[in-house]
Amino acid sequence: MHRTKVRVVEDALDANNTIAAANRSDFDGSDVTVVNLMSAPGAGKTSLLERALDGLAEAGTRVGVLEGDVCGSFDADRLSVLHIPVVQLNTDNGFGGECHLDANMVRSALGAVPLGEIDLLLVENVGNLVCPAEFHIGEDAKMMVCSVTEGEDKPLKYPLMFRSCELVVINKIDLLQYLDFDIDRLEANILQVNPHAKVMRVSAKTGEGVDEFRAWLQALPAQVAEHEHEHDHEHVHEDHDHEHATA
Amino acid sequence: MHEFDLSSAIVTTVLKHADDRKVTHVTLRIGRLRQVVKDTLEFYFAIVGKDTLCEGATLEIVDVPAALRCNTCKNEWEIEIPAFICGTCGTGAVVVLTGEEFMVESIEVEDEEDAACTAPR
Repeated sequence: MHRTKVRVVEDALDANNTIAAANRSDFDGSDVTVVNLMSAPGAGKTSLLERALDGLAEAGTRVGVLEGDVCGSFDADRLSVLHIPVVQLNTDNGFGGECHLDANMVRSALGAVPLGEIDLLLVENVGNLVCPAEFHIGEDAKMMVCSVTEGEDKPLKYPLMFRSCELVVINKIDLLQYLDFDIDRLEANILQVNPHAKVMRVSAKTGEGVDEFRAWLQALPAQVAEHEHEHDHEHVHEDHDHEHATA
Repeated sequence: MHEFDLSSAIVTTVLKHADDRKVTHVTLRIGRLRQVVKDTLEFYFAIVGKDTLCEGATLEIVDVPAALRCNTCKNEWEIEIPAFICGTCGTGAVVVLTGEEFMVESIEVEDEEDAACTAPR
């Protein structure tokens, strides 16, 4: 018996990324733009969707939601009044569920999502500021909601999450008058960690600022199409860069 | 907390390359920006690897510093805190040079003496 060294040089998340690329290809094939929506538990992802998605279809963007939750269908039930396709995806396997969605879980739910009938799919990830940032699901854009009850320092504590998002929506601004919360400092911290992030201030409760978010959603499919056209080569490189060497 | 899933991803990748041979050592390259806690990763790697060919394998983690470059003034530097704004010119036109790696670099496996072996020794 002797030992042999095997050169691997492979991203350990390649298995996930390969499935994410397959999801992406299915989404592209149906012309569906996909947003991975992340946040800490209770930041207001579902409330924001309740506000923002109402009337979106009538305005020309047919939207669907894939609801990721550890268990239950509470969020999907809340969204059912919007009369849009909502698919529940539970991560619970009987022993307590996963704390995030990965590409394979999303793939397993794709059969239930009517991709041919929608332009935009919002995937509401499990509430968590750590793991969801690690796992691509085949999305076109990642965004997150953070709320003014969470503390201004969160971007510095969870930089991986804040850096992965192109849009950060600060929710619950209706509560600012009751809190000692410095929203400008939060925004400065977001931009320190992710200078490219777009930041919006909203209240899903009063509706303040939600129009800007709705406009972002409506503009996204065209933006993504344009971006993909410009960066076609880069994407090919990213999606197929799982060559490995063994010696 | 993400270390459990990251450990699973490592074991999956390692087994793919182990070719049914017992794995004794795994070398990883992990960038500072991945927010990986080494002790936790080792702890979960032992659990996830149990009853697989990875059981008992030692884990070696090579730290990769977080290095940035400013596209505006071409300044290059390493960071210890998550600040992605150029300290020289103050812009955010910053690209990450290293620090995002999450790589299985190499593995060591046990080979039977009489088995055909094409790898260099």
